[in-house]
Amino acid sequence: MTIRVLNRDEMAVETEHDVVTVRRKAQAVAHGRGLSTFAIAAITTAASELARNVLAHARRGTASVEAVAADGRSGVRMVFRDDGPGIADLPRALAGGYSTARSLGLGLSGSRRLVDEFEIETAPGKGTVVTVIKWARF
Amino acid sequence: MSRGTIPILRVADNLLVTVQTELHDQVAEAFQEDVLAAVEKTGAAGLLIDVTGLDIVDSYVARVLSDTAKMARLMGTETVIVGIRPEVAATLVRMGYAMPGVRTALNVDEGLAMLPSRR
Ligand SMILES: Nc1ncnc2c1ncn2[C@@H]1O[C@H](COP(=O)(O)OP(=O)(O)OP(=O)(O)O)[C@@H](O)[C@H]1O
Ligand SMILES: [Mg+2]
Repeated sequence: MTIRVLNRDEMAVETEHDVVTVRRKAQAVAHGRGLSTFAIAAITTAASELARNVLAHARRGTASVEAVAADGRSGVRMVFRDDGPGIADLPRALAGGYSTARSLGLGLSGSRRLVDEFEIETAPGKGTVVTVIKWARF
Repeated sequence: MSRGTIPILRVADNLLVTVQTELHDQVAEAFQEDVLAAVEKTGAAGLLIDVTGLDIVDSYVARVLSDTAKMARLMGTETVIVGIRPEVAATLVRMGYAMPGVRTALNVDEGLAMLPSRR
């Protein structure tokens, strides 16, 4: 499957306010791509969780929100990138209910369930890159 | 009664809090403080938090809401969260965060009917 990128917005994630900016961008792009109300809520919530993870666990990073197309489908792709500590126990972090921040540990597992495609590249000391896609359904 | 962004109204023996702005960072803390201070000051029998205005509830906001309800309960006031939109409900359930232990109702009228009266 070839994914065409129609538009890309790259944003810094360094403050609480940046999390809000990324979320709003995700919402606007999802709306523009014709996603349903439910899908917009899903991708916007995932944006919030993943941007917050960058801030909480890596202190800073970037978020890219893209309008994408593939096989006549329309969607939103987001890439969250940081040079933080990485995730040592990825299966555990993805299983949910595990947090190194004494939180609920639902952000990563929850985001994964909210999107259609979810990829994570991480290693201890090597940072983390999370890529997600939500497609519009017609 | 409130410090600014969050309107807090008295409806009979209860307080009605309407959340319109996104509950993030300082706003969330101010929200909790304002609401709990109003509960203390008025001795309200119940607390209704109307979230119809929220198109997104992530785990952070969900936690702020459920923590506020728990805090109010410790003070002796029951909370009902009303107006969770369909897409918000779907998202919370899918994320695995359905706010356990928090009472909810479809709208303000139904929420009011669930709350006790002091008199
Ligand atoms: N970008 C990241 N960099 C480093 N570690 C991360 C990153 N994202 C997630 N993690 C690790 O994965 C764990 C699980 O993440 P998840 O978002 O599910 O939970 P959390 O952020 O701890 O809590 P919350 O429920 O508030 O989101 C985190 O506690 C952290 O250890
Ligand atoms: Mg998280």
